[in-house]
Amino acid sequence: MVKKKIVKKKTTTAKSKKAVKKSSNPKGYQVVGGAKLKDKEIKTSREKMIGQHIGYRYDVNLIPDYKHLTPFLKQYIEIMGWDDLNWLEDIHMGFEGDTPAVFDRNANAWITLPKKIKLPKNQQDRDMLARELLIKFQMSPNHPLVQLKRTYAKGDNFQLVE
Amino acid sequence: MAGLTKKTSAFDDENLSGRSQKLFFEVTEEENFTYYGNHEVDFNKRTSIDCEGITAHDLNQKIRDAIKKGYGSIVIKNPGAKHSLGVGILNKLNLIFEGSLGYFGIGCIDGPTVRINGRVGWSCAENMMSGKVVVENNAGSCFGAALRGGDLIVKGDAGARTGIDMKGGTILIGGNAGAYTGFMMQRGRIIVCGNVNANMGDSMYDGIIFVGGEPHSLGTDCVQGELNEHEVRWLEQKIKNAEIDCKVPASKFKKYVAGRMLWNYDNLEPAEKKGILG
Repeated sequence: MVKKKIVKKKTTTAKSKKAVKKSSNPKGYQVVGGAKLKDKEIKTSREKMIGQHIGYRYDVNLIPDYKHLTPFLKQYIEIMGWDDLNWLEDIHMGFEGDTPAVFDRNANAWITLPKKIKLPKNQQDRDMLARELLIKFQMSPNHPLVQLKRTYAKGDNFQLVE
Repeated sequence: MAGLTKKTSAFDDENLSGRSQKLFFEVTEEENFTYYGNHEVDFNKRTSIDCEGITAHDLNQKIRDAIKKGYGSIVIKNPGAKHSLGVGILNKLNLIFEGSLGYFGIGCIDGPTVRINGRVGWSCAENMMSGKVVVENNAGSCFGAALRGGDLIVKGDAGARTGIDMKGGTILIGGNAGAYTGFMMQRGRIIVCGNVNANMGDSMYDGIIFVGGEPHSLGTDCVQGELNEHEVRWLEQKIKNAEIDCKVPASKFKKYVAGRMLWNYDNLEPAEKKGILG
């Protein structure tokens, strides 16, 4: 009985060691949606101290580079009568779990990137893709607010234009 | 979402998790630039409303009625520094105020371009979601409080606690800014062409503050960062678009960011909390 117990213990430690090896990338990046992303595995002394990862997996303060603007976004800016991306400057490609996604503040939900779309390596390009995806979703008849407006809009100020 | 018909698309096999709602839309469908429920307006169709003798509520109602009729440019005459003017506009629109606004002007807007040919009181453009607001003169305290998106421009000076608790967007100040500018800001950008008073960026969680002049003092967890070439180009473009005559070249601006010592504050030991707060 004693021998069996010892054998069991050894196997579990071997398994956990394997799992640790698999999760840590020796090259220092993590592959998400076809793009190599740094940071997730990096553990600073402060992170170790508090026992959790601090911050985002993308640069939340990245200012858009207008050289990477897509034709769709150019048209959107023109139609809205703005000089630049305006509120879209704060939109970035984030992640829900390990799936690339953009957060829709109106729906309070993540819009996950379809698998068919390949995630660009550059964050500027990724962010432009996120902006385009978000606009298309917000203007889609399948957006949750469409259903909410149909259900709850009332009074003269909120008459709907169908 | 009851009542929504599931659209057949190439993405039906997606495994969504967390708070995602299982909704589908066609990303390759024809380009559509209309928000559901918004009114189509023509920027060349212009009207004016006289604010003399009417309440803020009545004026706001008249603006909405004009939007429904398709007016894309509305001029408000004699605003008389009344409070809560032009709030809750959720449509694209050109709105011009021929005078000053009182407290809480242009709050909770999403989309319009607003020009104010005068001054604004406390909490102008609070909770703004998108659009552009240009104030030709000075602004009171809490300018752009809880801003979430869009461009907020004041050509003169701004008061204390400018951009307090902002979560996105850009605030551009042509003159000086008051104490506690960027207080508790969580995201977004503040550009000050002049000087900033005491405790700039106090308890800021994230975001960037660009200063052309000098900050009197930095608040807790606000540290100087390095300005890169890409940010200089962006600054130049923003200042040019805002038609502000800034005497400091964009390359001479200083950049301030969060030191991130306050992140995960609740998990810190009491001694650490004391160390950060001084």
